[in-house]
Amino acid sequence: MNSRSKQPRIILALVAILALPVFGQEAKVGNLAGHAAEGKKLYRRYCVGCHGPLGDGNGENAPWIDPKPRDFVGATFKCRSTPTGTLPTDQDLYNAITRGFYNSNMPHWDALPDQNRADLVAYIKTFSPRWKAEKPGEPINVPSEPPVTIQSINHGAELFQKMECWKCHGQQGRGDGPSAATLTDSKDQPIRPYDFSSATDDSRFKCGVTNQDLYKVFMTGLDGTPMPSFADVIQPNDAWDLVHFLRTLQTHRKSKENEVLKSAGGKVSAPAADKTSGSGD
Amino acid sequence: MPNQSGGSVRALGAALPRSLVVFLLLLSSFVITSSEPSHAIPAFARKYGLPCSACHIGWPILNVFGQQFRDNGYQLGNDRDSPIYQNPAYWPITFRVTPQWHLENQTKVAIDQTGAEQSVTTTGFDLSGLDIWTAGTLYKNISFSVLPSMGEGDTFHFENAWVRFDNLFKTPWMNVKVGKFELDMLLSEKRFLTLSNVGGAWVNYHFLPQGDINGFGGIGDNQLGVELSGHSKNSYARYSIAMLSSVDGNPGLTSQGVPGTARTYDVFANVNEGFQVRGLGVQRVGLFGYFGQSPTYFLTSGGTPVEAQGNKSFSRVGAYGWWFFKNLDVETLYMHGQDNVFLGNGVAANDPASLPAGAVGPTWNGGFVEAHYAVNPQFIFTGRYELVHMSRQANAALQATPNLGNVDSFTIGYRWYPIMFSRGGLAFHNEYAQAKTGNTSLLTGSDQTSRSLMIGFDFDY
Repeated sequence: MNSRSKQPRIILALVAILALPVFGQEAKVGNLAGHAAEGKKLYRRYCVGCHGPLGDGNGENAPWIDPKPRDFVGATFKCRSTPTGTLPTDQDLYNAITRGFYNSNMPHWDALPDQNRADLVAYIKTFSPRWKAEKPGEPINVPSEPPVTIQSINHGAELFQKMECWKCHGQQGRGDGPSAATLTDSKDQPIRPYDFSSATDDSRFKCGVTNQDLYKVFMTGLDGTPMPSFADVIQPNDAWDLVHFLRTLQTHRKSKENEVLKSAGGKVSAPAADKTSGSGD
Repeated sequence: MPNQSGGSVRALGAALPRSLVVFLLLLSSFVITSSEPSHAIPAFARKYGLPCSACHIGWPILNVFGQQFRDNGYQLGNDRDSPIYQNPAYWPITFRVTPQWHLENQTKVAIDQTGAEQSVTTTGFDLSGLDIWTAGTLYKNISFSVLPSMGEGDTFHFENAWVRFDNLFKTPWMNVKVGKFELDMLLSEKRFLTLSNVGGAWVNYHFLPQGDINGFGGIGDNQLGVELSGHSKNSYARYSIAMLSSVDGNPGLTSQGVPGTARTYDVFANVNEGFQVRGLGVQRVGLFGYFGQSPTYFLTSGGTPVEAQGNKSFSRVGAYGWWFFKNLDVETLYMHGQDNVFLGNGVAANDPASLPAGAVGPTWNGGFVEAHYAVNPQFIFTGRYELVHMSRQANAALQATPNLGNVDSFTIGYRWYPIMFSRGGLAFHNEYAQAKTGNTSLLTGSDQTSRSLMIGFDFDY
């Protein structure tokens, strides 16, 4: 009799344990609380075709998609406000869902209610054990942007050479540096460096369109890609100078940086490029 | 036999350990309540790799994301939109057909042989006809749709055919569409769930008073013209205004079925706004109006009509709301209709002396409440109650029967999508619909009731 009376409790406990990975995970985005249980339903409605039922990026349509869908099991995310190697914040994931990725199949989901996106963040975090073992990194500090000056742009150009950015991105920032063709991501998939000249606006930027977003890319790196973090190599002011210079590589874009460059004669004064670089000339 | 089978189950239950029975029950309930991931409908799913449930509450009703996709000109807003990115083998074509069994019943039908009214019933297996729909982008920000459609035993006609120039001046607020297209009604009859003869149309969208000669088939019909539309980035705020030929979507400058005679234009406008209610979803409210003209007679040459004359006005205006409570959504609509006195009385505008006593322009009010409950993306229930009531009959004789032409109807049904792959989809469709029309029987002037029962398979590939 005793063992029989315990059976329902044991079964309930088993069900509760099985449900924990989904129902226990929460997300916090601003004043929104995301719930994984709700997120699961939304994931199956919106995301499963590409990211797969297991969240490993092997959805039904994944074989035909390039770049490949994100593998949530690995929990390696490009766009973060946190230091390289760390988990992103819930806000980072929420922003990525909202923004989408222009040069991939991932659309912007800004039409979904805020609560839906927060719920999706909570569910995405159930796929990887990293979210249980680690906490997200602390968002990096982004200091105030200094004024755009020709000196800043020139120094940025100098850093572009010194740190060998051109090896991947090319001297003109067209993504055609000498190493470009050999690059792969952490899944051994070919990956192309960013082509700064490709658009008249910023829509192709993966991790946001503001100068602050660009700054964060240098200082956090794009995990899972060959783009490293330079947080240990350069000072904040150097990073801002680099941002200002990179904006001038967007030659068709109206910007403060291009105005300053134009008024200074239209050319940066930086050390000569390595002869082996793909200049795009 | 029932006792035997019941006994067998009890015997089986006794033979199995109780814990195993509980486990099996839990397992079966898990299987029942867990839906398989739903996949894409063909035309756009193949292009973007998204499941069909990404755009549809239950195919074919659009959700907020699907509405945004449609408003963007069938574009997601990334560099996969232009066809240059597609594999050359990709063709944006969907076929749709609905083999079915259905029963149709109507009461108070005047029978020639008996000279009396009786109920008539027909039943059997049938087909819906065939849609061959192709749509997508010709280039980034140039969208198109062509939908040749054929009814059973019918010839093909173009249900729609248009080209749209999207995001003009780099703003989503400026889009221009030219051709034959669906009017921009957020509550769309082209994307609702019901298919039966009685339930397969919203009465409000097509209603005409008894004896009215207005050639306008209703705002549920696709129309020929040009549309300017726009929307906010997330498509919560939307507007559209269209100038349309007064031909009810018929090609050949047709007017009231007479080719080569149309010469006037109608205007349709719609504006709606969406707002989030936390935990419930995006709620939408909107206003619409259709202001048109329809001829009352024709100039003829050798007996052949050559130009529509005596065009008289009509209007349809209304308001609607679409309310979301998580998996339950409720559509509500109110509409007011008005036709000119000549249209309402079937009298040529150059012959006012023929207007009957007490002639006035007929007016009416109508509305519906339609609910959908999506158990999961692959199973959805629907139910609707709709009415149209005359508020003013067209002349004194008709005013003696104020309920003449009034319609009260309801529809219930469900759709189960057991198969939704990116190369095809199959829905099992079951629906019952009933509509009562006031005082329309020929012999006794009694109310008539029409009923449809439909069981079918709606599939596309």
